[in-house]
Amino acid sequence: MPREVPEINGGSLADIAFLLLIFFLVATTMDIDTGITRLLPPEPEKDQETEVKVNKRNVLVVLINRSDRLMVGGEEMDRFQLKNKVIEFFTNPADDPNLPEMVETEIQFPPGSSPLLPPDGVWRGKVSKGVISLQNDRTTTYGTYLHIQNELVAAVNQLRNEFTQLYFDKTYDDLNQANATEEEIYNAIRDIYKMNISESEPKNSGGLN
Amino acid sequence: MSKFRRKKGKGMPKINTASLPDVVFMLLFFFMVSTTMRETEVQVRVKVPEATEVKKLEKKSLVSYIYIGRPVAVIARMYGTEPLIQLNDKLINEEGIPYESVQDFVLFEREKLPESDKNKMTMSLRIDEDINMGKVDDVKQALRRAKALIINYSARKEYLEQGRRR
Repeated sequence: MPREVPEINGGSLADIAFLLLIFFLVATTMDIDTGITRLLPPEPEKDQETEVKVNKRNVLVVLINRSDRLMVGGEEMDRFQLKNKVIEFFTNPADDPNLPEMVETEIQFPPGSSPLLPPDGVWRGKVSKGVISLQNDRTTTYGTYLHIQNELVAAVNQLRNEFTQLYFDKTYDDLNQANATEEEIYNAIRDIYKMNISESEPKNSGGLN
Repeated sequence: MSKFRRKKGKGMPKINTASLPDVVFMLLFFFMVSTTMRETEVQVRVKVPEATEVKKLEKKSLVSYIYIGRPVAVIARMYGTEPLIQLNDKLINEEGIPYESVQDFVLFEREKLPESDKNKMTMSLRIDEDINMGKVDDVKQALRRAKALIINYSARKEYLEQGRRR
């Protein structure tokens, strides 16, 4: 009969593990980095004239003044009305001559990806030429500025979502960009509803700082 | 002779604690895996605003951080309480638009990335919600000159007001 090995007392194992556990509990920061990604416009070349002719109806000026008040297209507005205003601006449902031009466009989707598209996968419809010009003062609060950015992004996201829901029965964010077909869809929808938000060169809108 | 005799070993029966270490170890491993140690010490106070349309920043290796906020108490004794800019772990103290510091910073960070990812470098702007846009605009101008164009306004996910608006 083999000799029995004396058992090691495992009672203190829990203590050691607890100690380590508490260390990691304290040292852990669970901050996942989240945020709104935007693209800055490249700096204009020195000799380049930056005068781009844009039709007045195609521009929606969103202005945040130094007391954090919001002015959209000439009228004062609450932050929560902005999203619907932007959606109306980008879709121009009633063909209003004061809202942006809609241009007939053909956009290629992967053939056969949706029953609502013709067999060749070409979507024909109207794409807005609208641009949102976001302006702020040097003394605007950053929190307010980001909330407005958020509303603008939310408006475009909602349009993209509605389109994706209608044609592909999922949300825009659920499109898997690792999948070649879905990535093509993703980019095509991005071209239909472009995130046309231009941030003007910073300037002081007058008054004391 | 009483009918209800007291049992000999009175008190609660002992619970077998042999599996306690297993449970604790499981928790331990969870925290070990999910821990990311803080690499930089943030020397300015930053409370990022809330937003609904936030997305996760996917590749951490492509991200460099720019903090803007009022300095914490220790730093404030040296620099005063005016908002400061911190690039990763370096506080900068440049008059006017910080073109030079940001340019150096961007070049340095870009150098660390592999060739294929150099144009995907993302600048995460962690800015306190009470800071004036002037400082932010300065940094944005400097980033444009340094050709670091992908930026991410850091924000926390906002849940509260969703019901009110949809």
